Amino acid sequence: MLEVDSIRKTYGNIVAADGVSFRAGAGETVGLLGPNGAGKTTMVSIVAGLLRPDSGQVLIGGRPLGGDTDPAKRNIGLVPQNIGLYGQLSARENLALFGALYGLGGAQRKRAIDDALRLVGLSDRGKDAVKTFSGGMMRRLNLAAALLHDPQMLLLDEPTVGVDPQSRNAIFDNLETLKKRGKTLLYTTHYMEEAERLCDRLVIIDRGKVVADDTLSGLHRLMPVTNLLIVDLDNARDGFPAAELRSLPEVQSVEIRDKELKIGLRDLSSESPRVLQWLVDRGWKFQHVSSERASLETVFLTLTGRSLRD
Amino acid sequence: MTSIFRALVRKDLRLFFSDRRSVIMAFVAPIVIASFFGYIFGGNGGQTEASRVAVLAVDQDASVTSREIVANMTADKALAVQPAGLEEARAAVRKGKAIVAFVIPAAFGADAGRALFDAVSKPVIGLLYDPSHAAEMGMVQGMLSGHVMEAVSKEMFTGQTDRQAVKDSLAQIEQSAMAPADKKSLETMLRGIDGWNARRDSGAASGNATAPQGLTIPFQVHSEAITSGIGVQYNGYAHSFGGMGIQFILFVGIDVGMGLLAMRQSGVWQRLRAAPLSRGTLLGSRAVSAAMTSMLVLMVLFAFARVVFGCRIEGSMVGFLCICAAFSLMTAAFGLLIAALGKTPEATRGLSILVTLLMVMLGGAWVPTFIFPQWLQKLTIAIPTRWAMDGLDAMTWRGLGFSSAIGPIAVLVGFTLVFGVLAVMRFRWEADS
Ligand SMILES: Nc1ncnc2c1ncn2[C@@H]1O[C@H](COP(=O)(O)OP(=O)(O)OP(=O)(O)O)[C@@H](O)[C@H]1O
Ligand SMILES: [Mg+2]
Repeated sequence: MLEVDSIRKTYGNIVAADGVSFRAGAGETVGLLGPNGAGKTTMVSIVAGLLRPDSGQVLIGGRPLGGDTDPAKRNIGLVPQNIGLYGQLSARENLALFGALYGLGGAQRKRAIDDALRLVGLSDRGKDAVKTFSGGMMRRLNLAAALLHDPQMLLLDEPTVGVDPQSRNAIFDNLETLKKRGKTLLYTTHYMEEAERLCDRLVIIDRGKVVADDTLSGLHRLMPVTNLLIVDLDNARDGFPAAELRSLPEVQSVEIRDKELKIGLRDLSSESPRVLQWLVDRGWKFQHVSSERASLETVFLTLTGRSLRD
Repeated sequence: MTSIFRALVRKDLRLFFSDRRSVIMAFVAPIVIASFFGYIFGGNGGQTEASRVAVLAVDQDASVTSREIVANMTADKALAVQPAGLEEARAAVRKGKAIVAFVIPAAFGADAGRALFDAVSKPVIGLLYDPSHAAEMGMVQGMLSGHVMEAVSKEMFTGQTDRQAVKDSLAQIEQSAMAPADKKSLETMLRGIDGWNARRDSGAASGNATAPQGLTIPFQVHSEAITSGIGVQYNGYAHSFGGMGIQFILFVGIDVGMGLLAMRQSGVWQRLRAAPLSRGTLLGSRAVSAAMTSMLVLMVLFAFARVVFGCRIEGSMVGFLCICAAFSLMTAAFGLLIAALGKTPEATRGLSILVTLLMVMLGGAWVPTFIFPQWLQKLTIAIPTRWAMDGLDAMTWRGLGFSSAIGPIAVLVGFTLVFGVLAVMRFRWEADS
């Protein structure tokens, strides 16, 4: 359905995409995962035909987009990261406009609007101005506006940003419904839990480069770390010799944020005493130690040396 | 128009009319300001109360002559004359409550009569005036001279008090050092007047009510404002509504530009660009909706001016409509150009308002271009608003025919094309992500 091949895009001397390639098969849900500024929106915009890459190409259904008016654009539904709705217009007026842009009219458009509103649970708010909506409702309508023309593929750019857990669950239910209907989803996020819950495959990008592209189970196999040892240091991180700690044979990863030190270890029982002793020997004091089972989040950490939320 | 185009235009119009601020800015503000300017600058013809010059009369003489002067000044339509005491008048002029005060000194009537034939001791009329109104002061001085001349000579020749002046003058001539021949001629003239007065007293010379009453200014002025024709008066409202219409419609254009710039930063732009529609449709629909709004604003303004102030389209109605349409299109293209050249709404707003106000000012929307110095009048030919303003003036109160609209229409359409092409060329199509 979607083939992205060696895309490169620069803004001045910022390289937003540096040879990005990945695919999404029909009916597949692919997560595009990366921290802020990784180049996710840039990739979504290129796939949707909004940005022209410096090099590389995007094929949709085996063919590149021809231009502004290419009818193949009907196969794509874009859910932009910034809410793309007119606040002064009602929900229905917004949907009517976006339906009209894809040539929908009359009864057909009315049916599409009713269906989309029902899917996102906003049927009773259709006549209200969008500016009176809560953040979560706007996000849901933002999704509905991409569904009117019933596209085969949905490009979702952080569709749950800034919403409470309830609205997020509602949006997830909507996306799972769409998945069941056989849509191809390209889902952009920097939340690993979201990607784990929804996606068949994950493409992890960092600083414009793909650092991993695998199925969930494949990524789980990549996880080198089974456990995290978390140490709350008494003194601040300044001058903490993270590189030195990382060079110990048993240490898989080191992450330090404020006074919280996260150390990736394979075997807590045998390895943690030695690591703690190493800290004590170097004069680092701590009052509280805990541990955590490793998650996919640590995959990103081990691949890039950085946390997703940085 | 395709249905997509129509949907986009309809959306823009809905957005415009759902924004109370922009509607007030486009319709109410120009009506209020144009009404004010029209009222200040002469209104619709005839002398209005507001344009009378406030004058104070300080009459320290209270003679027949001085009372006549005050009465004649008071009767003048251009002046609003009030009697006042000297100190009161001084204070009023200082505070700007009156523009000129004239002071007729005691014994003015008698002295002035004598001074007609004796240049030695002329009585003095004092003028107190507000220096910020020098033009009005000149006008009042001129009128005063006329009225004084009339009143004094009338008394001299026909009044009671000044008969004595004739006799006094005769006595003075006897004693003066004039050449004997001059003395004789002057004496003959004064004796003639004396004799005339005596005959009038006996009733012999009367019987004709329209006999000359004194010296008067030997001509009258008939002034006719050259407008669309006999009986049609210059209508200051026609100019001010055109001018303010132009100004506020350009503001609508700025709003279009700002709106596009703001939209580029929102997801709406990505959504529109992701849909299968051409760039021409995207920008063209915005231009058409902007032009429709502008046209509507102009029509509402001139309808208001017609109903409330009686401004008519004295010239070609077709020419008027075409100029309005051409100006509306130019405004729309101007808005697109702002969107194409600007970066963010915040950074662009100030500059585009400045450019707009300059165009409006130099176009003659605030004050007519004919009071500009010659070089500036030539220079402003390069400014589209000048053409719009001249065209609207021509079609409204000047009452010219369609041929006078062709120039403005052509120039405005030309600017539309230039702005439009520049805008499309310079527009950054890639969204700011
Ligand atoms: N219009 C632009 N001009 C200049 N630089 C840009 C532009 N758009 C994006 N960038 C830069 O390109 C890089 C990638 O940006 P992009 O928006 O694609 O990241 P992202 O992964 O979507 O981030 P986020 O999670 O914050 O949305 C960033 O460094 C960003 O600063
Ligand atoms: Mg983004």
